[in-house]
Amino acid sequence: MQFLPELTLLGAGLIIFIVSLGKANGDTTRNIAIGLGAAIFGATLLSYCQTGKLFFNAYQIDLFSQVFKTLIAGAMFVVILFGNKLKGIQQKVHPEYYLFMFMSALGLMMLVSSVELLAIFVSLELSSFAVYIMVPMRDDTGKFRFQMEAGIKYLLFGVTATGFMLFGMSYMYGLTGSTELSVVITKLSTMWNNPAAVIAMMMVLAGFFYKLAIFPFHFWVPDVYEGASNETTAFIASVPKLAAVAMLIRLVSLINGEGQAILNVLMVCAVASMFYGNLSALVQKDVKRMLGFSGIAHAGFVLLGILTFQITGFANAMYYIIGYVLMNLACFLVICTVSKNGENVMIDDLSGLHKRSPIMAFTLAVGLFALAGIPPFVGFMGKFMLLAGALKEGYMLIVILAAINTAIAIYYYLSVVRVAYASDPEDRAIVSPSILTNATSVFLLAAIVIMGVIPQRFVDYATNVVQTIM
Amino acid sequence: MDQLLINPDYPHILSTLIFLPLAGAVLLLFVRNEFFARYWALGITTLTALLSIPLIKAFDITTSKYQFVEQVSWIKSLNIQYVLGIDGISILLVMLTTFIMPLCVLASWSYIKTRVQAFMVCLLIMECAMLGVFMALDFVLFYILWEAMLIPMYMLIAIWGGPRKIYASVKFFLYTLAGSVMLLVAIIWLYINNGYSFFIPDMMWQNYSSTAQIFLFLAFFLAFAIKVPMFPFHTWLPAAHVEAPTAGSVILASVLLKMGTYGFLRFAIPITPEATMTLAPAILWLSIAGIIYGGFTALAQSDMKKLIAYSSVGHMGFVTLGIFVLNTNGVEGAILQMINHGITTGALFLCIGMIYERTHSRELRDATGVGKHMPIYVTFLTFFSLSSFGFPGTNSFVGEFLILAGTFEHSIWLAMAAIPGALLAAAYMLRMLQKIVWGGTDNPDQSWIKDLNIREIVTLAPFLFFVFWIGLGAQPFIDLIHVSVENLLNNYHGFHSQVAVVTNLLIQ
Repeated sequence: MQFLPELTLLGAGLIIFIVSLGKANGDTTRNIAIGLGAAIFGATLLSYCQTGKLFFNAYQIDLFSQVFKTLIAGAMFVVILFGNKLKGIQQKVHPEYYLFMFMSALGLMMLVSSVELLAIFVSLELSSFAVYIMVPMRDDTGKFRFQMEAGIKYLLFGVTATGFMLFGMSYMYGLTGSTELSVVITKLSTMWNNPAAVIAMMMVLAGFFYKLAIFPFHFWVPDVYEGASNETTAFIASVPKLAAVAMLIRLVSLINGEGQAILNVLMVCAVASMFYGNLSALVQKDVKRMLGFSGIAHAGFVLLGILTFQITGFANAMYYIIGYVLMNLACFLVICTVSKNGENVMIDDLSGLHKRSPIMAFTLAVGLFALAGIPPFVGFMGKFMLLAGALKEGYMLIVILAAINTAIAIYYYLSVVRVAYASDPEDRAIVSPSILTNATSVFLLAAIVIMGVIPQRFVDYATNVVQTIM
Repeated sequence: MDQLLINPDYPHILSTLIFLPLAGAVLLLFVRNEFFARYWALGITTLTALLSIPLIKAFDITTSKYQFVEQVSWIKSLNIQYVLGIDGISILLVMLTTFIMPLCVLASWSYIKTRVQAFMVCLLIMECAMLGVFMALDFVLFYILWEAMLIPMYMLIAIWGGPRKIYASVKFFLYTLAGSVMLLVAIIWLYINNGYSFFIPDMMWQNYSSTAQIFLFLAFFLAFAIKVPMFPFHTWLPAAHVEAPTAGSVILASVLLKMGTYGFLRFAIPITPEATMTLAPAILWLSIAGIIYGGFTALAQSDMKKLIAYSSVGHMGFVTLGIFVLNTNGVEGAILQMINHGITTGALFLCIGMIYERTHSRELRDATGVGKHMPIYVTFLTFFSLSSFGFPGTNSFVGEFLILAGTFEHSIWLAMAAIPGALLAAAYMLRMLQKIVWGGTDNPDQSWIKDLNIREIVTLAPFLFFVFWIGLGAQPFIDLIHVSVENLLNNYHGFHSQVAVVTNLLIQ
């Protein structure tokens, strides 16, 4: 039972692998993938309350990891649902595409359970390599081959970040003589005045900064978001971020109050991410690029919760990233649906969306307003709690800078909503989403509103969950 | 919690008023019938207006406490409550909102031809948020509703607006949102320095340090001054007013602008009395600048809606003037003038909307000389114009008189500076009136224009009724607000004498 979600994923991968050997048509593959996605989600729910340790204590199953596994499975299921025809992926590699998606999710699930440096490394690589392959699988309609560029960029930046991480791990091992996270951190906590310890920690964090796209490990974001197909981007923009935040919380929660140097670095990273992301997003014309930059800014906000070093701060960060994934998925759902043959969606392509498909326009508007942090959506509540938490710790300056960023950000979100609602569609085609897509969007909208209006339960639960790993 | 008064006869009346429009809006989402949408929205807003009548009846005018209070814990971990209550400062604004909404629906009856359901949904959500803003006694609740209001208002302008709707709606949204981000920081700061409570009455009359007060006041000022709008922050207003559909303009003028001044009274003065004292002179002179500037600019407009929009800048200048002279006459006059401006300017926008529906132009020169063919219309227009520049016997006269009386008490120079504003108001309103009623020798052919129909008369008549009621017998209205205003000012002056005592002690 403890290992059920991972086993299900492996099994799902095998089934899809067998499908890929034959010549299944698109619809069959899709239906199988949807079924498997549901099964994986079910498996995570079944093993929700499990606890225990596996593989010589390298693999810890606790409420924290199980919650994140469920979220990962849920987010992946949503991506499979709304990317239903995989318009942007070459027809003949559809089964392989799902295979790699499952493998990446497997890596991420293992990651959130790993409490040992090597296990962390192996699972991180598993998840990354699968995504490296998903990026260039895009159908090359324009013959520009920019998906190859994106793939290579993603790979190179990823390998660099991993290099940093491995280097940091070697320091950690050298300083403490162990690869078990609990031992490592207990021993490190007495030597935060030792620069080597700080550098080791920062380098390990860098690996997750890369996944979460925090300044200065954000450089891959715009090009990969643009070059990868819409479905792949939806996956990259949501699922790995969940795991990255989980790991950041796991690592940072073990740092006690002495880590002032790390705190300073985190602050600088948070503020730099916000400003870089928001200012760059202002001038984007491609919706995915814009969402990429906005993702960098939001990662900065998540860091705002993590750098309080408090349980409530971690819980807020968790609440925020879940909200972010929901809002982001809502936006990508619209992108995937509006894009006719899997091409990129420019902001102008959304013109008059409210006449072409009211429900998609509404989903987009809610998603973007929520990302902008307008109440009553989850984005506002999350941001509000993060700011309150940071101010409680006395970080006045950073809170003011974050508030200014909110004001900057609204402009580019609003300019997309403006195009969707106030421009004429001219001769753009009507968008007719499938019932499944509509149902998914209604679910996402409901989640965004409910989490924003009654945050109490979610935050309390997140606090409980974080408490289990303290 | 001794500031709260629960009224056992009406335990949930405020929540009902807030959520009835919201429920109506949600139901309307599932309906695909324009005819039904109109009647449904009219029904819901009328019902809300009728339900708000007991508020006036049961309102206790002898206390400054918050009445009809409802209190439920909402987000426990942050100590955020769902707490509503109204006092003398907010009751008239609540009534104004509930009564103006059915008239807005009526005004959009034939004006809005596309996407009627969506339009009515926006109106209903607006009503919910606006009422909530005036009733909220929890700062987070207030902020959420304050911000949430932006979305439906944005949609009203961006979808159903005029030719430059994109520019106007974006400007409106950005200005208001950018203004209120610092408000959020201020709210959180207050929360942390008040024993982790967002309860607004708890934040009032506390001894925050002078520097903190100045910063808090500036955060408040930025948010509220943009909403009012005060002189250097007013540029979004003409754009938004001109492009918004009639109902949008009416809501904007009658209710949204009042939120800024309401914010000054509810938050800025009680929470930061010391900073208010320090910065009041600057705000007073900004108000004067707004009055004069609004007057001169209105005089130069050829677009009727723009003319009224700039006149709003001037009128709201009078309101902020009244608030910051900080004496009974001034503040009471300011609150009364908030209501008056809501009635008069709302009615004027409706009048212009009616012309626009006929001629599809807001240009003054296209509307010259319609008086000959629309006698009923110009009768209404005349009274509203007279009211707008404070003609004795109309509502604005009472308000402006009180404000000027208060200003004279405060400083004669200030009052002298404000007087030309009243003169300018007469100049630009009479200029518009003259052109519309008579025009010149080169009037366009207006003979095809039909006079008002029954629906339009029904829309305008309540406004006229209140113009005269407040104009001729303002006492009941002043009674409603008097005790709360007295209490506010007593606290304010008490706070300062207390501070003075402490300072003297320190010096000795």
